[in-house]
Amino acid sequence: MSLKRSILDLRKRKDEVRLGGGEEAIEKQAAMGKLTARERILAIVDEGSFHEYDMFVEHAGTDFDMGNKVLAGDGVVIGTGTIYGSPVCLFAQDFTVAGGSLGLSHARKITKIMDHALKMRVPLIGINDSGGARIQEGVNSLAGYGEIFFRNTLSSGVIPQISVILGPCAGGAVYSPALTDFVFVVENISKMFITGPAVIKSVLGEDISMEALGGARVHAEITGNAHFYALSEKECFEQIKTLITYIPWNNTQKAKSFPPQEPKTKLKIENIVPSDARLPYDIRDIIKSITDSSEFFEIMELFAANIVIGFGRMNGETVGFVANQPMVLAGVLDCDSSDKAARFIRYCNAFNIPIITLEDMPGYLPGVDQEHAGVIRHGAKILYSYSEATVPKITVIIRKAYGGGYIAMNSRHLRADFVFAWPTAEIAVMGPEGAANIVFRKEIAEAANPEAMRQQKIQEYKDKFANPYVAASKGYIDEVIEPQETRKILLHALQISTHKDVPAPAKKHGLPPF
Amino acid sequence: MADQEKQYIIVHSAKYETTYTKKYLNRKVWEEPNFNLIKSYIPGTIIDVLVKEGQVLNGGESIIVLEAMKMYNDVQMPFKGKILKIHIEKGQKIPKNFVMIEIEPVV
Repeated sequence: MSLKRSILDLRKRKDEVRLGGGEEAIEKQAAMGKLTARERILAIVDEGSFHEYDMFVEHAGTDFDMGNKVLAGDGVVIGTGTIYGSPVCLFAQDFTVAGGSLGLSHARKITKIMDHALKMRVPLIGINDSGGARIQEGVNSLAGYGEIFFRNTLSSGVIPQISVILGPCAGGAVYSPALTDFVFVVENISKMFITGPAVIKSVLGEDISMEALGGARVHAEITGNAHFYALSEKECFEQIKTLITYIPWNNTQKAKSFPPQEPKTKLKIENIVPSDARLPYDIRDIIKSITDSSEFFEIMELFAANIVIGFGRMNGETVGFVANQPMVLAGVLDCDSSDKAARFIRYCNAFNIPIITLEDMPGYLPGVDQEHAGVIRHGAKILYSYSEATVPKITVIIRKAYGGGYIAMNSRHLRADFVFAWPTAEIAVMGPEGAANIVFRKEIAEAANPEAMRQQKIQEYKDKFANPYVAASKGYIDEVIEPQETRKILLHALQISTHKDVPAPAKKHGLPPF
Repeated sequence: MADQEKQYIIVHSAKYETTYTKKYLNRKVWEEPNFNLIKSYIPGTIIDVLVKEGQVLNGGESIIVLEAMKMYNDVQMPFKGKILKIHIEKGQKIPKNFVMIEIEPVV
């Protein structure tokens, strides 16, 4: 064969693989509002930056007449590329080829790119669109999943791992995304569950649609399995690209620096917070009045919305924000919000991202459901994560910092590096109402007019304790600051903390309460 | 927030204006457990009912065989008691927390 002919032959071979499961299958995929595996990768990476590997890998099935079948690339695309110039490794399951089912070769392609990502210390992005294990390949499929889960765990905390659910992801397959750092879902397209509607119906007699059981919205709002929710694949890809700009390539690096920007001036910080501690406001307005360009990239927006987490930039550097949200459930801590915040704190710590905590919460959510759901062990996760974190940790107390919640929200006692408080801060063992009822119980009960006495005692307690100065007098707060100084002081604190280095006792690993 | 009814959370006697989440609104209200109701702890199929109404049995005696998750589960009397009412029959498929049998303690 002449060189020219062999080049033409190569092109023909590649084109055949690129056709995946064929035109008819691609049309079906498009009819569901879905792009193909390669289109998805190309939509995420920088133009012209993608290189695909293992195109000619063949499947390993021999039973059930599989030997005669050709499966293009064995139903998965792997490769490397860049996002805004940052290198990434990617894989995308191709639903048009045998439903994206996972056989031995398919799994080996995925684990190959996973090994590559870990070795090169760059982020891994996995696009899931698969009917699950390839039944014809039996226990080899299970082995494949196991090899993937093992690598997810090995890479955890070393390189960022991102999962994108763009189709079904059922049974054991869901555990790979669950082991990764961030999960992206798209309305009407993503489906995740352990046991599908058909089995649930046959065993339980419960009739539920795939969407209602494990659709995008369910995982974004109810289960907390998903971190980012989008209405289209296009929106999802933009979210992924934005996330990549906020995180480092690996755990030995810092996230990329951007040119510093001032917040947009229209956000006047002192006008956001009502002076009555019982009235709500949106804590995200405070975050946006502090960050560069007033930008805030929120994570898990719909799940446990009583706590807000996400990334922003301060003087061009990535910072993680953890903030109570008075607008939802009064900003209380509960099982879900503790779980959500704790994981994020650990993420920031693993990837060298300083944490700013904005505090305004009345305590833990009362209720039998909370106690029985294990609010003790879930709540303990926040204490554990903050205590364990060695990245710069800065707290600003906006209004209420009561009781156990005060300790949990990155207090001095958990080794916060800086604790600032606004003059509106109330640092106390509980709110004035509850405290007065206990401390002055006798006086209130014995008074001629108990209600008038109660109000008088609440006011007395408020005057004496509902302020930042008691805690400041003990050194638990470093500085009481004016609200409009917040950004300036935070920038200074971050600058001072740049080379923070704290020794910790040697151990194999800790035992966080999960 | 302005156009919907105001919602409140009470923590330590203080009432805070806020909004509820879907999960909070759907939370399960706790009920005192009634030990005289033998409920299914797992969904499944009734393979056999081993008792009759009016019968008195000791704690630990088998009363129902419930097939669930490919296993025959032996459902036993929790304490010495009398069978008051049977709500199931052989072959019936039942969901979780279904009241299968009502009993009353016998001293």
